[in-house]
Amino acid sequence: MQAKKRYLILLSAGACLVLLFYFGGVQVPASSRSPSRRDERSRNGFYPEQPWPDFADSLQAFIPWDQVETEDYNVHTSPRQKRDVNSSVYKGRRCRMDSCFDFSLCKRTGFKVYVYPQQKGEKISESYQNILSAIEGSRFYTSDPGQACLFVLSLDTLDRDQLSPQYVHNLKTKVQSLHLWNNGRNHIIFNLYSGTWPDYTEDLGFDIGQAMLAKASISTENFRPNFDVSIPLFSKEHPRTGGERGYLKYNTIPPFRKYMLVFKGKRYLTGIGSDTRNALYHVHNAEDVVLLTTCKHGKDWQKHKDARCDRDNMLHKCVFASVPLTFLPLWPSCEAACVPVMLSNGWELPFSEIIDWNTAAVIGDERLLLQIPSTARSIHQDKILALRQQTQFLWEAYFSSVEKIVLTTLEIVQDRVFQHWSRSTLMWNSHPGGLFALPQYSVYLGDFPFYYAALGIKPYPKFTAVIHAVTPLVSQSQPILKLLVAVAKSQYCAQIIVLWNCDKPLPAKHRWPATSVPVIVIEGDSKVMSSRFQPYETIVTDAVLSLDEDTVLSTTEVDFAFTVWQSFPERIVGYPARSHFWDSNKERWGYTSKWTNDYSMVLTGAAIYHRYYHYLYTNFLPASLKNMVDQLANCEDILMNFLVSAVTKLPPIKVTQKKQYKETMMGQSSRASRWADPDHFAQRQTCMNKFASWFGTMPLVHSQMRLDPVLFKDQVSILRKKYRDIERL
Amino acid sequence: MKWLSRIVGFSMCASVKYSSRGPALIPRMKTKHRIYYITLFSVVLLGLIATGMFQFWPHSIESTADWSVDRRSVHDAPLVRLPVASSIPERGDLSCRMHTCFDVYRCGYNPKNRIKVYIYPFQRYVDDVGAPISSTGLSREYNDLLSAISDSDFYTDDVSRACLLIPSIDVLNQNSLRIRETAQALAMLPRWDRGMNHLLFNMLPGGPPDYNTALDVPRDRALLAGGGFSTWTYRQGYDVSIPVYSPLSAEVDLPERQPGSRRYFILSAQTAVHREYRAELERLKEENGEAVLLLDKCSNLSQGAVSARKRCCRGQVFDYPQILQESSFCVVLRGARLGQAALSDVLQAACVPVILADSYILPFSEVLDWKRASVVIPEEKLPEMYTILKSIPHRQVEEMQRQAHWFWEAYFSSMKAIGLTTLQIINDRIYPYAAHTYEQWNNPPIVKWSSVNSPLFLPLIPPRSPGFTAVVLTYDRVESLFRVITEISKVPSLAKLLVVWNNQNKSPPEESLWPKIAVPLKVVRTKENKLSNRFFPYDEIETEAVLAIDDDIIMLTSDELQFGYEVWREFPDRLVGYPGRLHLWDHEMGKWKYESEWTNEVSMVLTGAAFYHKYFNYLYTYKMPGDIKNWVDAHMNCEDIAMNFLVANITGKAPIKVTPRKKFKCPECTAIDGLSLDQTHMVERSECINKFASVFGTMPLKVVEHRADPVLYKDDFPEKLKSFPNIGSL
Repeated sequence: MQAKKRYLILLSAGACLVLLFYFGGVQVPASSRSPSRRDERSRNGFYPEQPWPDFADSLQAFIPWDQVETEDYNVHTSPRQKRDVNSSVYKGRRCRMDSCFDFSLCKRTGFKVYVYPQQKGEKISESYQNILSAIEGSRFYTSDPGQACLFVLSLDTLDRDQLSPQYVHNLKTKVQSLHLWNNGRNHIIFNLYSGTWPDYTEDLGFDIGQAMLAKASISTENFRPNFDVSIPLFSKEHPRTGGERGYLKYNTIPPFRKYMLVFKGKRYLTGIGSDTRNALYHVHNAEDVVLLTTCKHGKDWQKHKDARCDRDNMLHKCVFASVPLTFLPLWPSCEAACVPVMLSNGWELPFSEIIDWNTAAVIGDERLLLQIPSTARSIHQDKILALRQQTQFLWEAYFSSVEKIVLTTLEIVQDRVFQHWSRSTLMWNSHPGGLFALPQYSVYLGDFPFYYAALGIKPYPKFTAVIHAVTPLVSQSQPILKLLVAVAKSQYCAQIIVLWNCDKPLPAKHRWPATSVPVIVIEGDSKVMSSRFQPYETIVTDAVLSLDEDTVLSTTEVDFAFTVWQSFPERIVGYPARSHFWDSNKERWGYTSKWTNDYSMVLTGAAIYHRYYHYLYTNFLPASLKNMVDQLANCEDILMNFLVSAVTKLPPIKVTQKKQYKETMMGQSSRASRWADPDHFAQRQTCMNKFASWFGTMPLVHSQMRLDPVLFKDQVSILRKKYRDIERL
Repeated sequence: MKWLSRIVGFSMCASVKYSSRGPALIPRMKTKHRIYYITLFSVVLLGLIATGMFQFWPHSIESTADWSVDRRSVHDAPLVRLPVASSIPERGDLSCRMHTCFDVYRCGYNPKNRIKVYIYPFQRYVDDVGAPISSTGLSREYNDLLSAISDSDFYTDDVSRACLLIPSIDVLNQNSLRIRETAQALAMLPRWDRGMNHLLFNMLPGGPPDYNTALDVPRDRALLAGGGFSTWTYRQGYDVSIPVYSPLSAEVDLPERQPGSRRYFILSAQTAVHREYRAELERLKEENGEAVLLLDKCSNLSQGAVSARKRCCRGQVFDYPQILQESSFCVVLRGARLGQAALSDVLQAACVPVILADSYILPFSEVLDWKRASVVIPEEKLPEMYTILKSIPHRQVEEMQRQAHWFWEAYFSSMKAIGLTTLQIINDRIYPYAAHTYEQWNNPPIVKWSSVNSPLFLPLIPPRSPGFTAVVLTYDRVESLFRVITEISKVPSLAKLLVVWNNQNKSPPEESLWPKIAVPLKVVRTKENKLSNRFFPYDEIETEAVLAIDDDIIMLTSDELQFGYEVWREFPDRLVGYPGRLHLWDHEMGKWKYESEWTNEVSMVLTGAAFYHKYFNYLYTYKMPGDIKNWVDAHMNCEDIAMNFLVANITGKAPIKVTPRKKFKCPECTAIDGLSLDQTHMVERSECINKFASVFGTMPLKVVEHRADPVLYKDDFPEKLKSFPNIGSL
């Protein structure tokens, strides 16, 4: 009875088993066979684990020889028409430089920016006023709309949060009524806040047409690459010019401070960004990973307040600081020399077009938030050292003042307009940064004094002497002729340029002494002081030796100074030094020519520097400062020192000199020397303060050392010394 | 893993189902037996079902096993028939970004920071009537690309671990595709999942008449590595712009040419240039004559591979691409498509490309700095091309030629290079903190070798206040040591004194015997008498500045030391020291020589008395190249030379010698002083220089002719008004 059924079941189970083996059996041999095949393949010279088969067939090329370029396109569309079609199709959210920007406006006069005149009764926030005055004070500014390539509104568009007191109403009609508006073509609109709590849509509340947007916290979705500019968010306390240096003062090793990771920021308890910030709480461990948030926002924040709302200045004690980019400015971490950890899913990083953020920040994915502490811990201290310095560099180069932010924005647009003269990534991301490296000077990086090390090259080993002549040539014993001969004898001298800034006509050629190097006499255009720093085409060497006509120098001194300059090609290397100090009684900067234990300027009456500084002096500095120098016929050397120190952030270098130099220079009062003028000194004092206010800060740095030849005044036979003339009186 | 758990889930359901049916089938069996049989039966059935699933589950990973390796012909690959009505993916979503359309969780936390890439096994797709979906099938280039990826360390054969999936459907050339069917084939991929984490390679997008700039095949969220993106189709940070591979790359072997000026200034060697542009080029040629060379297809040659390598101009025949090497600049004009294979040829010939293709996203522009290798000119400015190019300095042209050739060699030369570069770019996005640097991407090997990126690159003069830590290395000269300590303690900026007691046989003197000084004094006892102990980054060193000083240097005045510290603050990335030394090339012996005489030059400062940044202690201890560190410890000499090599090599800068030369060691120790004058000592030091130069592979030391003195040193000025009056006195 049951036996029958039992057999039946057994039988069916057996049948199933057989089936199972049958199907399974196909696989077992297959898997047991595969190693042998692999052996076979490796014998044929293939990697045993190579999973993509090595096909024996002769495969076709993806592109046939005769089809490299299709001919029929030639027949159909004209590329010019195609360009026109593109620019009519891609508008609004699909705007690009090619379709929404009129390049022809920039052709005639170069990159000039026009700011609309301010209308009466329009109130403008302090921040926007700072932006406008930064543009007006820059070399890009023009007051003639006919010359302009870029237009900036005088209507305050910074704060488009309807709840904000700064909100400007009826912007739409106001903008439309501007007769130069032209549907926003070639306009750039600055904006910091858009939409309102809690969603913060990126709506500006008016139609921007074809205008570019320079906006803080812009989402990648709305960001139009190479058209919009993502700018950092800044507060109204942000300095207009200058700006503080960062807080990184020591490169301490190991870089670990009390806290490894600090999260700090405004935290919206509800609404946008609250998720991530609440999630951050899970990585808080109260030991080395700390979350700090301020919750003050709106009126009813107290209702949502919890124990995590806190205020403390812990950033100075941390290595990394997290920056949820959405609404927090970058400042705290930049200034405090913390490495920013950016959790920026969906947000375009500030100046992302030019800044290589990977070298300055740790970019994290908000989705992998919980991995961030372990990622941060895994970063080697060498890298932290570099990240911190780079963060500080970026801060000082592009973020520390409103002016820098605005100029960076304009330079980015300019680089797009003149693509063939634009900065390379290296120029933007290495010292001294894109604002000081002007690509119009040269597209070759080796022509700048800053990139020799990065490119592994050296400056050209000769110099051009530029002698500034202001008195007529009357006798053959004039110092200028002695100077000419002495300089020409230098083994490093390539050529001498005499800049004839004297009212008398040029002396005859034979009056100049015969020298082994070419002497080129140039007549200054307007015979003004600044013309000595003109970037003359005839200067072909990297180094320029700038000389006053009454300078007394020996060949040895020139040779030695040049060998020193080769070690410091980005600084001014020269002889007579001066110093500045803060006069606390008069609350202003003081200038001194007394013998002091330190100095911060080297006079350009006898100094070697890179020829790029001629270009920078002429093209970077505003007309106001240059005019001041020309009118006073004074202070050009101070201005040059300000400029170079602002670029390098380092003091100039003084080299040793024969002792009579100073006396000769100051003592020859018989001549109509400008040094003899009693007003001269007072003027220089005034200049200093004027310059310092334009730079927004005092760029000069003191140094306490002077460079001498290695055996200078040593107790050893003078015959052993290479620069023995320097010691002889 | 997910997939496996799904299988388990299935089997659980199955077992429940069958056991519930059990009682009805075998009603009167003994419970024990019943359970036994039911279990047996269900196990067997389960096994069957599982096997069946493995066998017939259409897109499971096990189909790889189906791919038998000895069928090494594409025609033997399994055939997949696409049903007419099978679904089509959506068109690519333009708003896709890594954080929205890419599943980063699949890449996981990876200690090696390397993404894993899976390649689908090859299959042939045909439509319902059996016609293939592509006219070329698998192309040679796509095959090369996939086998390069599968050979690389990105590859994984485990789909469940893969972060990126690459279909084996070849979409390199849209012209040879049937768009709808290709899209269906993509959607049928077993892991397609709306294209999530899939990567497609396409070089020739679009087709007549409007030539879209991105692949027309609908592809959901798949990433596209495309040649010829325009700014409107390129999803920045998501897609990868790749070059159009030139088939000539593999065939032509151009001789290496040094950068320099060439016979022609501008060359246009593209065929099928639109007549509007050709007219403008002709005008340029008329204006500038011989400097411009315009070539076109040869009309009288037969079609095929031969004609592809010839270009003609008024009956004169030129070899292509050899002719590209004869020109400084080569025009790469857009055609129907933005991406041109000619760009690759031009780069290979080290000719600087002049790119005229508005809105074109240059290949690999996410990481490559094209401004250093090419000139981009708007199409409208074609007539001004000559003037623009003439304004470029000659040295920059050479630089760009070198850079162009390097780009080709590293990123364009083969399908392998293109494929792996694409994967590396995606890898850099997923692990941004481990991304390749700008220098790694852009510097050719020669620049990588000769350039220096100092680790302390920020121009920074640290404040005076933290002071410096003096580290005195001593063995047993207690008396001399105490004198040194007393002298140093007078220096205003001294923050701490660290004595490294290198004698294991003798204990340091009792605490009460040490000189009483105002700053903390710590004694560190070492385990072994090694010279490298003096450069160990002790935790006790809390300042940036370290003064290394020997226990017999008592001649330095407090003014000299304080001044040395001030100089170090101005040059925190250099060695700032007192006794200077020089290396010289000995022409007779053909090797380096050590020099300690009174010379006019300096290339080293001895660390018997030198300031330096604590960072260099780390470098010395953990990053010293080769066996130098052990060698120094074994020979008990030259640790100072090694330090000089290390610092000069990483910063590219010379040390700074401060203050005039003097006899450094104590007058009583003349016997020891005699040692440095000893001939064997000098020979040994010279040996060190030669040894280190060979380990570094270069001579990093830099020679300078200056030293640093206080501003008013030896000036005719009242001594008491000088900050550092007591300098240089013997």
